[in-house]
Amino acid sequence: MTNNPFPLSRDELLTAYRTMRTIRDFEERLHVEFAKGDIPGFVHLYAGEEACATGIMMHLTDIDRIASTHRGHGHCIAKGVDVHEMMGEIYGKATGCCRGKGGSMHIADLSKGMMGANGILGAGAPLICGAGLAAKFRGDGGVGLTFFGDGAANQGTVLESMNLAAIWNLPVVFVVENNGYAESTSVEYATAVDSYVDRAAGFGLPGVTVDGTDFFAVYEAAGEIVKRAREGGGPALLECKTVRFFGHFEGDAQTYKAKGENEHNRAHRDCLKLFGARVTAAGIVADADLALIDREVAALIDDAVDTAKGAPLPGARELTTDVYVAY
Amino acid sequence: MARMISYKQAINEALDLEMRRDPTVILLGEDIVGGAGAPGEMDAWGGVLGVTKGLHAKHGNRLMDTPLSESAYIGAAIGAAACGMRPVAELMFLDFMGVCFDQIFNQAAKFKYMFGGKAKTPVVIRAMVGAGFRAAAQHSQMLTPLFTHIPGLKVVCPSNAYDAKGLLIQAIRDDDPVIFCEHKALYGSEADVPEESYAIPFGEANIARDGKDVTLVGYGLTVPRALSAADTLARSGVSAEVIDLRTLSPIDWDTVIESVENTGRLVVVDEANPRCSIATDVVAHVTQHAFGALKAAPQMVTAPHTPVPFSPALEDLYIPSAEAIVAAVHKTTGPVKSAA
Ligand SMILES: Cc1ncc(C[n+]2csc(CCOP(=O)(O)OP(=O)(O)O)c2C)c(N)n1
Ligand SMILES: [Mg+2]
Repeated sequence: MTNNPFPLSRDELLTAYRTMRTIRDFEERLHVEFAKGDIPGFVHLYAGEEACATGIMMHLTDIDRIASTHRGHGHCIAKGVDVHEMMGEIYGKATGCCRGKGGSMHIADLSKGMMGANGILGAGAPLICGAGLAAKFRGDGGVGLTFFGDGAANQGTVLESMNLAAIWNLPVVFVVENNGYAESTSVEYATAVDSYVDRAAGFGLPGVTVDGTDFFAVYEAAGEIVKRAREGGGPALLECKTVRFFGHFEGDAQTYKAKGENEHNRAHRDCLKLFGARVTAAGIVADADLALIDREVAALIDDAVDTAKGAPLPGARELTTDVYVAY
Repeated sequence: MARMISYKQAINEALDLEMRRDPTVILLGEDIVGGAGAPGEMDAWGGVLGVTKGLHAKHGNRLMDTPLSESAYIGAAIGAAACGMRPVAELMFLDFMGVCFDQIFNQAAKFKYMFGGKAKTPVVIRAMVGAGFRAAAQHSQMLTPLFTHIPGLKVVCPSNAYDAKGLLIQAIRDDDPVIFCEHKALYGSEADVPEESYAIPFGEANIARDGKDVTLVGYGLTVPRALSAADTLARSGVSAEVIDLRTLSPIDWDTVIESVENTGRLVVVDEANPRCSIATDVVAHVTQHAFGALKAAPQMVTAPHTPVPFSPALEDLYIPSAEAIVAAVHKTTGPVKSAA
């Protein structure tokens, strides 16, 4: 038997790969379906960033809460939200996880600790402080993680929340997914410091920057930070430097990117390829194992899309339900 | 010769003309140029839906892309306005107001009064409003009543390209803070728009269609909806007058009252939620001041008391439709015989 040089078992490695592949296929497929005009509204794809969500979420269980962003599909899948229900939601169908009322930008599944994708930048940070506070009062050992981009990192809500989490020693993790762009604007233009870790330091928070295309780097850094928060060691920041393969949203011509940038990223910074190469080179996983997962995931996504397309629309009554618990 | 341009182009033109005329006019907003610091093209976006596209080439660094920090940059626009500039800040979606509201309603709106009349704050905050884009609960609201509630703010919402240009020019020249609401579903709608500069005064409603049996009052997207309802009504022999409020604060009460005095019936169409809305405001005012002229209870056609749903199946039911307007008119006229 080959020695396993990784901090994960073979099964865990296969799970990680399956999660990343599911996110990738989900997003690639949405890109195609959107172009056909079948998907309503704004869709922000997570392709390229899969290792961030996956490497982090493998340290969490359903008692742990996450607050996501407009680019939330990957967070949802990695946190265990049902792919069929997500697809139904994105198509605006009654079978969606929010019964078609929320759409891509508002997918939520509280039973999985997924407190919602969010259309408002920086809105998740205060909410996750609340999740951390609730976990502390309940004493259940749960942690809260809020995700935000390099752009949303400049929202006052994020900065206020770091201070709040620090003074109350909340079990909260701030995750910056730094993909270099906020819409078309570069992080170099919009953010004065070179590293978000420097900024966290200003609030008394420890932090670490990792290569977000390297699953293992994310996994190891997140493991330490989450463990520390869970054990009462307090909040921290994790910056994942990553890449977004598609435009800001579907329909973005991406002229602000360098020529060949997407191709370069797909060739050299594809977290799935990098992961596959490492685990197969180590002899822990065979190409055939990965190929089997690829086929299973492809079938899952096909079925999710077909099911969503065939699902019923919400009935007119739904328009006025769910506004209050009681009224 | 008609010069047909879109609502979106009309806004771009108004900004361009005012920037040429007045060097104190500057533009701030997220991606209003686009590509800042990025390796590809500058002016990559020109705003999220391309409204400010091309202005950077003409006015250079008088357009400033901002970080995603609405409190800071909207507040900075307000502060600069109090110091002699005429900033036009773009908030992208009016829903994002939640992030920066203090700077607007506790700061900009109150300087003039709190400081005993000494300050002025000629800032314009442009933002998209309205449903119909499948953009869901946080990118589709019609929040106009939040702003009309606040003394010190002016609130504008054009329904067509001609008005968009003239009202934005007026907004920039105006010495008070203006919330300029652009209906995203109207960006593509075209009208005959003169090339030269013109300002449409605030507080002057437009009679979009003359009629004698019922007064339909709306603003933004509800104006084309009311006009289409008026077409339908005409076929059944009901003559509807359509009033486009154009500005919600100040609001042209005289034109509304005068019309109701002629028609005796009022239907107000508002895409905002129904409680404490523009619709309730107009109905209350007319009921108080022209009660004797009313032949039937005024009607309101509004969005329901719910957030904006995502699913097209539900969103289409959310926005006041021409059919709902026709039905409301029928409530004021009683059953009408078809003129067929
Ligand atoms: C308060 C607020 N301001 C602006 C927007 C519009 N907006 C949506 S996503 C986005 C860019 C976000 O960039 P970043 O935080 O880096 O995340 P990324 O899209 O790169 O994942 C902007 C400006 C918004 N949704 N909410
Ligand atoms: Mg980003």
